[in-house]
Amino acid sequence: MGLALFNTFILLLLVVAALLALRVKDLLTASVVFAVYSFLMCLLWAEMGAVDVAFTEATVGAGISTVVLIATIFNLKRKSSD
Amino acid sequence: MKLLSFIPVLVVGVLLLYAAKDFPEWGSLDAPASKSPVSSHFIANTGVDTEVPNMVTAVLADYRGFDTMFETVVVFIAGMAVLAILKNSGRKKLVKREFEVDAEPDLIVTNTVRLLVPVIQIFAFYVLAHGHVSPGGGFQGGVLMGASFILVALSWDLETALIRFPFNWTTILGGLGVFLYAGIGLLSMFLGGEFLDYSELANIFTVSREMARYHAMLGVEIGVGLTVTAIMFSLYANLSTEGRHQRGL
Repeated sequence: MGLALFNTFILLLLVVAALLALRVKDLLTASVVFAVYSFLMCLLWAEMGAVDVAFTEATVGAGISTVVLIATIFNLKRKSSD
Repeated sequence: MKLLSFIPVLVVGVLLLYAAKDFPEWGSLDAPASKSPVSSHFIANTGVDTEVPNMVTAVLADYRGFDTMFETVVVFIAGMAVLAILKNSGRKKLVKREFEVDAEPDLIVTNTVRLLVPVIQIFAFYVLAHGHVSPGGGFQGGVLMGASFILVALSWDLETALIRFPFNWTTILGGLGVFLYAGIGLLSMFLGGEFLDYSELANIFTVSREMARYHAMLGVEIGVGLTVTAIMFSLYANLSTEGRHQRGL
């Protein structure tokens, strides 16, 4: 019961994060929300016992890809026209 | 246009949800992954064949070593592609960007990073070297090590990080990592086995054939770690400065 509640909570937050990352106009905010999405995925992997995948998700998904996205945004316009 | 693109998204979403109904229960013994003879073979034989307690590492670096080698090559090629595209494309003139400020590196940030970076780097070595026993391995260790240099670049500036890790090294170390991986594979081929059949290295390491696979996996993971470290830093240095390698983020 506790685990199912935890999963439901994380999955709901995942949907919210995914929609937010698409809707937000500020690209910097979008990439940070994307990092939140990755970290929630990492929690899910860890909870399912796939610690290796969780580790990779935390380092690559939440860490490096956010930095690379922000580094790219630094050289572009910050606001999305979409 | 937005509404038009929403329709296929909705259709695909509904189809995916419909297909998800057929998935086996999580952890179910009837799932194809649990029933396949390959998984039971790995579960039964990994410890006997390679003496590696962490099955994931053994499958990744030994049983499916060919796959992992080309994953490393993909990382290397990605770094080289970014370098090749951005090398001569950026605005050569230093223009002030939208939210750029001239400021000294912050005292609190730099001192925190000063304390944090050695810990991250030691943890990266631990993750790399301990990948046989606990979760981790070359990719994660390499990313952690690359992240520590990126952290230096973020809190001071790119030039400070480039003193610690000159840009020429990234290409050399990236290539060296792939070379180390392929070299261990080729060495086992020259010793009479197949490509990436590490047990042939037993004579060089003067250990049993099982322990030779154990040690060769560490060598291979170090190769992966070198490539990933170098390419992660190279990606950051290129992307944050449009290939100019000065006055970055």
